[in-house]
Amino acid sequence: MISAVGARLRAFLAFWYDFVVGDDWRVALGVVATLAVTYAASRSSTAVWWIAPVAVVVLLGWSLVRATRRS
Amino acid sequence: MTPLALFIAVFLACAVEAVEATTIVLAAGTARDWRSAFSGTAAAVVVLAAIVAGLGPALSAVPLRGLRLAVGGLLLIFGLQWLRKAILRASGHKALHDENRIFDDELAAARAAAHGGRFSVPDWYAFTLAFKGVLLEGLEVAFIALTFGTNQHDVPLAAVAAGVAVVVVAGAGVAVRAPLARVPENTMKFVVGVMLTSFGMFWGSEGAGARWPGSDAALLVVVPGVALLGLGLTALLRSPVPAPSTEVAGS
Repeated sequence: MISAVGARLRAFLAFWYDFVVGDDWRVALGVVATLAVTYAASRSSTAVWWIAPVAVVVLLGWSLVRATRRS
Repeated sequence: MTPLALFIAVFLACAVEAVEATTIVLAAGTARDWRSAFSGTAAAVVVLAAIVAGLGPALSAVPLRGLRLAVGGLLLIFGLQWLRKAILRASGHKALHDENRIFDDELAAARAAAHGGRFSVPDWYAFTLAFKGVLLEGLEVAFIALTFGTNQHDVPLAAVAAGVAVVVVAGAGVAVRAPLARVPENTMKFVVGVMLTSFGMFWGSEGAGARWPGSDAALLVVVPGVALLGLGLTALLRSPVPAPSTEVAGS
């Protein structure tokens, strides 16, 4: 009974992990870090809009290079 | 974002997922029982509608800055995932989504499964296969439609775009009784990935306290910029030997 509940809980959590995080957890973590840095930097400077575009170039490029090396 | 851009973004996102859901429903109906497959589809649509109806007013009540930070972050993660997959497929490093093969696999699995009904459903396997397929493919679309609609203060238009996409794709699938293999799915996924990444970056940064030069007009540079980045990365990574077609449903 407990193991069945545990298996369902694991499947539920795995679904949400796959739904939100996807194939590359580093990208999700990078997005969270980018927005945190933007928020922290915006308290001392107004010109922080460029942080996310730079992060997108780095995160996407890095994730693709890792994926193509594996394939 | 103009109403037309909102409509196109939600329509394309919904159409891509609807193609995948239609393949699963067609397999369930062809191999097992059409009535049960349609019942499963209808049940999933009701659950999705309940989720949208419950989350819609809740999202509207969240302060705009907090909403843009959370929603922008999630859209940016979704967008980068979609763009990553579309680039890997377009450059030959990942197999293209083969609806014919997925249909054949689902058909074989459905034929091998045990028969039997539950409650008033004649074929429980066909019901659950269609229900799961439509619900899982629909969740992401419901989120996209809701967040785009809420941010643009036009949830009804986003809902109409989602509904039109489902009707067009499902109608075509039922009419031909075959998987929609000729839909340029990867191109649509690339376009949606560009839109989600651009708007996620824009809203997420605004929610985190950034001020874009030119305010909303910055999107006129951001969207083409992300598209060019994607096209450039595709060209850079293009492989001379395409990956074999071994994709599975839902990926």
